[in-house]
Amino acid sequence: MSGVTLGLIPLAGLMWLCTYPSRALPMLAPGIERLPNWAVAYLRLAGPAALAALAAVNCLLSTDQPAGQLPHLVLGIVPAAVAVCVVIVARTKLLFPGVAAAVVAVAVARAFGLA
Amino acid sequence: MNGQTATTADTAAAHTAAAHTPAADMAASVRESRRQLIRDGAAIASYALPVGLVYGLLTLQAHFSLADVVVTCTVVLAGGAQFAAAGMVKDNAPWLAIAGVTLLVNARHLIYSASIAPYTTKRPWRERAVMAHFLTDETFALSLAHFRRIGRFDGRGYWLAAASIFIPWTVGGALGYLVGGAVDTTRLGLDVAFPAAMAGLSLGMVSGRRDVAAALGAVAVAVPVGLIGGPSVGLVAGAVIGPFVGLAVPAGPGAARPPAQDPLATIDATERAAKEGLP
Repeated sequence: MSGVTLGLIPLAGLMWLCTYPSRALPMLAPGIERLPNWAVAYLRLAGPAALAALAAVNCLLSTDQPAGQLPHLVLGIVPAAVAVCVVIVARTKLLFPGVAAAVVAVAVARAFGLA
Repeated sequence: MNGQTATTADTAAAHTAAAHTPAADMAASVRESRRQLIRDGAAIASYALPVGLVYGLLTLQAHFSLADVVVTCTVVLAGGAQFAAAGMVKDNAPWLAIAGVTLLVNARHLIYSASIAPYTTKRPWRERAVMAHFLTDETFALSLAHFRRIGRFDGRGYWLAAASIFIPWTVGGALGYLVGGAVDTTRLGLDVAFPAAMAGLSLGMVSGRRDVAAALGAVAVAVPVGLIGGPSVGLVAGAVIGPFVGLAVPAGPGAARPPAQDPLATIDATERAAKEGLP
């Protein structure tokens, strides 16, 4: 361990400054309730879209490339396990069994050298 | 005697009628939705803790201190940006570059906040300002799904959602830092937990063909753009363009309840819950 220092706490503050406005502005801006219908419809669709994009980027793109290099497409046990999770969540309407099944599938595949 | 029987019957009927008032039905609906929220929140917490462990391990390699880890988890509270920042600190990247990446990665919160905003307009400004700090991917997904189920704002539900990620994420980060390299998260398959949970949560928000089109459109945009511009750019592009794909599709019979039916009313569910004996 490097011991207790405050060296990176200012960086945390800087990151907060880059994060908080996007979280707060729409909630604090007056008149948000007067958005036109199409904007409200857009925002309703933003949830599933953002989460699906987050899932896709995290399971289909590599994350271990050196700095400055672009990611490559990953087709293996991780996207397959995410697909298993989606099927289970669709059938059971519960998140945990889906996530657990995905984790077990990946762990088993790796234990048997399949991934 | 007959009169007493009639009175008793009338009283029972009155109680039965009272039990089925709109307020009682709404209370039951909120109660059931909170149970669903807690179940889903437990699933979130169950993966947030091990992912937090991974983050803690990464910060150890990047020479963070324990205070750095805890303060970052508390102050920033944004997993993707924190992972990116830890990797950049490890590579001695300038802070300005880390700030730029943080801004880009977390730009999606603008959409989350705008989605939640119609439900919170009547809440006090200070409460909204504090709520905004905790508006993570998971808080957004859990609380918006809860608000959509009950058709209005519920402060207690929001804080349950926020706690389900904030506590395990911070504790996991600290534990990961302290236990060091004792856990092989890749061998245990824990690296799949985050995308699996995001996919599952996305599916949980789908309530019509427009939602399906928006989600599939986001994936179709995010992956190729991510290959060209990097994962963060792909993520933002998918999140921004996906809803337009959804809007291009006619709303089907399974479309979600329109927000005009209630969210803007922003009833204080917590106060109602207290009056109606909810937990």
